[in-house]
Amino acid sequence: MSVNEGKELRIIGFLCNWCSYAGADTAGVGRFAQPTDLRIVRLPCTGRINPLFIVRAFMNGADGVLVSGCHPRDCHYSEGNFYARRRLEVLKALLPVIGVDPGRFEYTWVSASEGQRWRSVVTSFTEQVHALGPMPGFKSGTSLDMCLCHMDQTQAL
Amino acid sequence: MNIGVFVCHCGSNIAGTVDTEAVAKAALNFREVVFATDTMYACSEPGQAGIVDAIKTYDLDGVVVASCTPRMHEATFRRTLERAGLNKYMFEMANIREHVSWVGKDKEANTRKAEELVHMAVEKLRRNDYLEAGEFDINKRVMVIGGGVAGIQAALDCADGGLEVVLVEREPSIGGKMSKLDKTFPTVDCSSCILGPKMVDVAQHPNITLYTLSEVDSVKGFVGNFDVTVRRKAAYVDWDACTGCGECATKCPSKKTPDRFNEFIGTTTAINIPFPQAIPKKASINPEACIMLTKGKCGACAKACPTEAIRFDQQDELVTEQVGAIIAATGYDLFDFTKYGEYGGGRYPDVITSMQYERLLSASGPTEGHIKRPSDGTEPKDIVFIQCVGSRDKSIGRPYCSGFCCMYTAKQTILTKDHMPDSQSYVFYMDIRSPGKNYDEFTRRAMEEYGARYIRGRVSAIQPKNGRYLVKGADTLLGQQVEIEADLIVLAVGAEAAKGAGELAEKLRISYDPYGFFLEGHPKLKPVETNTAGIYLAGSCQGPKDIPSSVAQGDAAAAKVLALFSKDKLASDPQVSGVKLVRCIGCGKCESVCPFGAIEMIDFRGMPKASVVETVCQGCGVCTAACPQGAIQLRHFTDNQILAEVNTLCL
Repeated sequence: MSVNEGKELRIIGFLCNWCSYAGADTAGVGRFAQPTDLRIVRLPCTGRINPLFIVRAFMNGADGVLVSGCHPRDCHYSEGNFYARRRLEVLKALLPVIGVDPGRFEYTWVSASEGQRWRSVVTSFTEQVHALGPMPGFKSGTSLDMCLCHMDQTQAL
Repeated sequence: MNIGVFVCHCGSNIAGTVDTEAVAKAALNFREVVFATDTMYACSEPGQAGIVDAIKTYDLDGVVVASCTPRMHEATFRRTLERAGLNKYMFEMANIREHVSWVGKDKEANTRKAEELVHMAVEKLRRNDYLEAGEFDINKRVMVIGGGVAGIQAALDCADGGLEVVLVEREPSIGGKMSKLDKTFPTVDCSSCILGPKMVDVAQHPNITLYTLSEVDSVKGFVGNFDVTVRRKAAYVDWDACTGCGECATKCPSKKTPDRFNEFIGTTTAINIPFPQAIPKKASINPEACIMLTKGKCGACAKACPTEAIRFDQQDELVTEQVGAIIAATGYDLFDFTKYGEYGGGRYPDVITSMQYERLLSASGPTEGHIKRPSDGTEPKDIVFIQCVGSRDKSIGRPYCSGFCCMYTAKQTILTKDHMPDSQSYVFYMDIRSPGKNYDEFTRRAMEEYGARYIRGRVSAIQPKNGRYLVKGADTLLGQQVEIEADLIVLAVGAEAAKGAGELAEKLRISYDPYGFFLEGHPKLKPVETNTAGIYLAGSCQGPKDIPSSVAQGDAAAAKVLALFSKDKLASDPQVSGVKLVRCIGCGKCESVCPFGAIEMIDFRGMPKASVVETVCQGCGVCTAACPQGAIQLRHFTDNQILAEVNTLCL
């Protein structure tokens, strides 16, 4: 793939089990070649995603984060993706505030049958992240410590 | 914790583009991994035996298999762990086939990606807990949505198997598309003669409750315990009193009502029984055509009715049914033939659809089985059939083959010759697709014995000419243009998803493909299941099907339901949410976001706390993301586990 000629970047995908993860499987079964940068974290539903997972990913040096779930109204749990949409929309608006280029984050809907669409989502998002280049490092002592603090509390559970 | 890692070659599927040996070697460096190996086919008998042996030899507490998608074999390997005496939730899978080897060409990059996916799985597994499944009761009733041949078959099979069945049909009568057909291929036997008795069986079966003129309003609950609300639309007739005598229809003055059952060829009355074999044989009023309901005067039917069954003030009624499983059998619709402007459908009265032609052929149709041109009622002599109207055409968004059109066109040419021996049929086709049992023989009979002239090519235009029609097309086998003068043109329209299929799928929480057909659990291995437990598919709602396939799928769906109900209790999935009471502040956010009402607020030593009803929780994790305290955690997908995966990838 053209985007892969340079160095691979670190892109994390959070995918719901029922639509997009299955859609990525469908793309695999169909042998739709894609860039190899993306690694997928499988979740039951996009509604499971705490926006702070995405913040954490960026803080730890991810170059891009992609969230994908079922098309609105087509959620296996009836309304999980509506919750996700609200939270992720807020997150997208917040990313510039914490110093992350919003172009590094995307959320989208891909159904289980849309292997071809998954390929194009992955390819264009990877190209988009490559155009932005590697993630610049964070300075310590910023307001992001708040986020980390919350995360560490949670992790201490 | 002792972790074992098994990297599958899957023949050359994975090993072709991933260095599986290197992945296994790299895995030995991950924390708590005490054993790692690559294996030819992890899912095969020797592959699974190897896992069981390693669990015993190395005293493993958890296993990671790097192979195909967990949606394929997670359950398989969990059973392997159980056989070796491990808790089956101490298992994680890294998807290095669908997500790596099949989509990437670069072996080095693939190998690195596979290693990282295994590393993520190991880190997640290190935080897994032993989970134990509970069990819950099931309600052994089943709802079948759609009363076509697939739904009828499924309902009868379930009812014969001793289950209580609720059959819901949108139209006033069951029977579906098959009840409109005159004859069926490839045997040319009478459609209503084979379907009619089955419809009667449905009506008379003590285990079947039939709701016609009804639609599913909402679906709540989960496998074993669904609550389905059905909207019973007003028929404006008390069906308990109606005897189906038909006296009302003879007196109805509104005789120009479009006839839905006859595909809008011919007219009917505003109050009618849709066809002679209708089940239930009850009259209903079309509210758009009834003079009493639109203008407030008339009432001729009420005066004529011997049992005083007419109710002009009847309202829709909502009924809630508790069932344990649902079979969707909502069928298909026919393509809107007016979308092809060059064929003149909708503009020229003698360009009709195959289903309209079927009604003309039928003895119970508007012409009593005599083929008459809609424009002037004369008998046509030259008839042109055009295939693939709304099939295999990307430009109109119907790239798929509808499957049965080749066959029904052949049948119609045969019936045409039987009805009118001196007629001539012409068929414009793209390919003949007749792969069923006795199907190819049948299309050949149409050509050879019945003299239908098959012309391979598309039609470019149809023009009226002296009361007839000039059909211009290409014969791509001869490589020349052809022109045929025809009296009647029949468009072999393809199938598309039924109207409202998408909305129903959303109510049932099942997936559908870009064309609106419902998605099966697996295209090969789960053809009648959906991804939602307890919901099954039958017939053309899953994709265009002929009658034998629809019946077979109806049988299969019923078999699945009977198998599901063969147990008294079902095991509940323990991958549900749980509350850490110490952290819970009783804010109630989780309760208000839960789509299933699975969280209730309890009083714990005088303080409000959240509590999860585990049999109702479906494990989506919306509550976990909403909790400001991190107090409610979705088991198996906890914050710690997901963050561990993120950290593995980034640090």
